[in-house]
Amino acid sequence: MRTRDLSELAVRNLREAVLRNSLTTLGVAVGVASLVAMLSLGVGLQTLASQRLTRSGLFDAVFVTSQRNFRGPRQPPPPDSAAKRESRALDDDARQQLSKLSNVTEVYPQIRFVTDVRYAGKSESTSVLGLPDSSRSSGAFEGMTGKYFSSPTAEEAILQIEFAKLLADQPSSLVGKDLTLRYAERAALSKDADDEALLDSMMGSGKPGGISIVPREKTLRIVGITESDPSAGIGGFGGARVYLPLKTAEQLHVAQPDDVQAFLSGNPAKPSYMAMTVRVRSPKDVPQVEATIKQLGFATFSLLDATKSLRVVFTVFDLFLGLFGSLALTVASLGIINTLVMAILERRREIGILKALGATDRDVRSLFFAEAGAMGLFGGIFGVALGWLIGSALTWGTTIYLHRQNLPGVKISYVPWWLALSAIGFAIIVSLIAGLYPASRAARLNPVEALRYE
Amino acid sequence: MPTAPMLIQAESVSREYRLGETVIRAVDAVSLRIEQGEFLALLGSSGSGKSTLLSMMAGLDRPTSGAIRVRERNLAELEADELARYRRETVGMVFQSFNLLPRMTLEENVELPLRLAEVDRSDRQSRVGEALERVGLAARRQHRPSELSGGEQQRGALARALVNRPAILFADEPTGNLDSANGEQILLLLKEIQDSLGMTIIMVTHERPLAERFANRIALLSDGRLVSDGAQR
Ligand SMILES: Nc1ncnc2c1ncn2[C@@H]1O[C@H](COP(=O)(O)OP(=O)(O)OP(=O)(O)O)[C@@H](O)[C@H]1O
Ligand SMILES: [Mg+2]
Repeated sequence: MRTRDLSELAVRNLREAVLRNSLTTLGVAVGVASLVAMLSLGVGLQTLASQRLTRSGLFDAVFVTSQRNFRGPRQPPPPDSAAKRESRALDDDARQQLSKLSNVTEVYPQIRFVTDVRYAGKSESTSVLGLPDSSRSSGAFEGMTGKYFSSPTAEEAILQIEFAKLLADQPSSLVGKDLTLRYAERAALSKDADDEALLDSMMGSGKPGGISIVPREKTLRIVGITESDPSAGIGGFGGARVYLPLKTAEQLHVAQPDDVQAFLSGNPAKPSYMAMTVRVRSPKDVPQVEATIKQLGFATFSLLDATKSLRVVFTVFDLFLGLFGSLALTVASLGIINTLVMAILERRREIGILKALGATDRDVRSLFFAEAGAMGLFGGIFGVALGWLIGSALTWGTTIYLHRQNLPGVKISYVPWWLALSAIGFAIIVSLIAGLYPASRAARLNPVEALRYE
Repeated sequence: MPTAPMLIQAESVSREYRLGETVIRAVDAVSLRIEQGEFLALLGSSGSGKSTLLSMMAGLDRPTSGAIRVRERNLAELEADELARYRRETVGMVFQSFNLLPRMTLEENVELPLRLAEVDRSDRQSRVGEALERVGLAARRQHRPSELSGGEQQRGALARALVNRPAILFADEPTGNLDSANGEQILLLLKEIQDSLGMTIIMVTHERPLAERFANRIALLSDGRLVSDGAQR
């Protein structure tokens, strides 16, 4: 029989026993729906977690320090083996070199300094951090009072709320006001007599080509007050209270602790950085990039191990969800087997007639097979839709709950196209396997006996 | 009919059913030669083996021993698929209980053998129409079997048996469920088909008067054995 005739007959047979077949199909659909809902939850939560983690900048970043540094901020001591390699200064050359490595998307230095902040006659000493423009999308500024920096070079500041409370009783009233930073600038030794005199007074004797350290002031407009601590991700290790755009912070040329070291070592010409953050394309690129950077002679640190164990957790999570979903589908396929076996008993006579009219065993087998496949197809499509609905309802419920807690909503359930397609495919395959036994039993039926059957 | 070519040749055909220790010989060493264009009636009391013999000649069942040659091919030796093809292309069948598929309309029932034989869709409608025309049911194409009388159902079944233009028509008590008027109508149709299409017809029946009126030849079975075989008129 031709495929078109076969499918016509199969659909017609399914239509004729609408109630029983749609109940069976519904069984498949419920199985597929629970599979899809569970996996979509797994995928959704995983996407959510990895999105958050990626955006936080913790897991796709390698923190680079020079082995020469006296100390990094809470940096683990470099391993002994690495210490044997030639150590390198973390200067602008290094920055260029690092940004050229493959899979590296962004390299920025850590500009962090402790300084005096003045506002309305008050003076507070605090830690200041430069934020790269990419921190805009890190998620750390969600729900912030005010706005993010208007441009990467804006002379603006964002305050951490605890610090803002020190400056004003109403932290939100600070937005739009100006504050003043007092800091020490590192400048190449100029011919400015005043500066030279100052340096002499500070350092004892100035050498030609040396550096000077000059006190400066900078006025910044406060644009935002944030409750979270964005420096925890972006800068690496937290604790800063005032944030500036990275470029603005760089242009201040604030003296870094190792400028003093550079000054003393007599090689003060090139400014170097305390630490750099190297962002890579995806967390899985971290190990390779980290190894390359170590080869170049820098000390590195990354949080990759944390993502690894997270992935293990999610894999196990997915496995269990899939297991329960498959259980549901197994029950559904038992339903298919039952329906088709019952159909054989009921349709014995029909099978006998078909055979008397010249149907081959294969025709009969294909017919039953096609009916099982069609139930799988319809059940699969319906089940994916149902599963998607369940997932959406969960997302909807969670979002309402989160809004009540004054938190932004999240998408916890996500049905990617591959999940939808493979769920339908899975439903068809399971249905065909379920149809295997009934179909071959129907095909083997002896036509004479089948025709005698009333 | 000395010159007509031989169509079916049963040679010492037996069919046994084993029920535990006992062996039932439903058909016992029957030899029968049927020429093309014959109208043979198989008579015999209930349980004499008529249906069993017919099923074997129609390729629905296989003999336990012996050979059934149709156009020099031994049905007993055919593969299952070749036997199905024989039923599809060479044979048409009607039964006592009309055996139309209740879920299909009359025309869909008649189209079924064409589907199985993979006849082109473009040819199907005209062939279905032709077959229904022949049995006088052209107006009832869209009706379901339950909407037809017994006689109409049997005529529909006859149309379905003819639609593939088979060489041999097997009928197992085609009038068994019909009153005498409808039964006679069916037999008139069979006779007409035999005459106009030159079809060979083998019919099982209980009713000797009908057999004597319409068949060319009557074979009598008793306890699975062929006890008499003679031409009519
Ligand atoms: N599947 C079977 N198992 C056992 N015995 C069978 C089977 N089929 C038929 N028989 C036996 O074979 C014998 C012949 O049966 P068959 O159906 O050919 O008779 P029949 O001449 O067609 O009778 P009727 O006129 O009642 O239709 C009977 O005795 C019957 O009981
Ligand atoms: Mg019988």
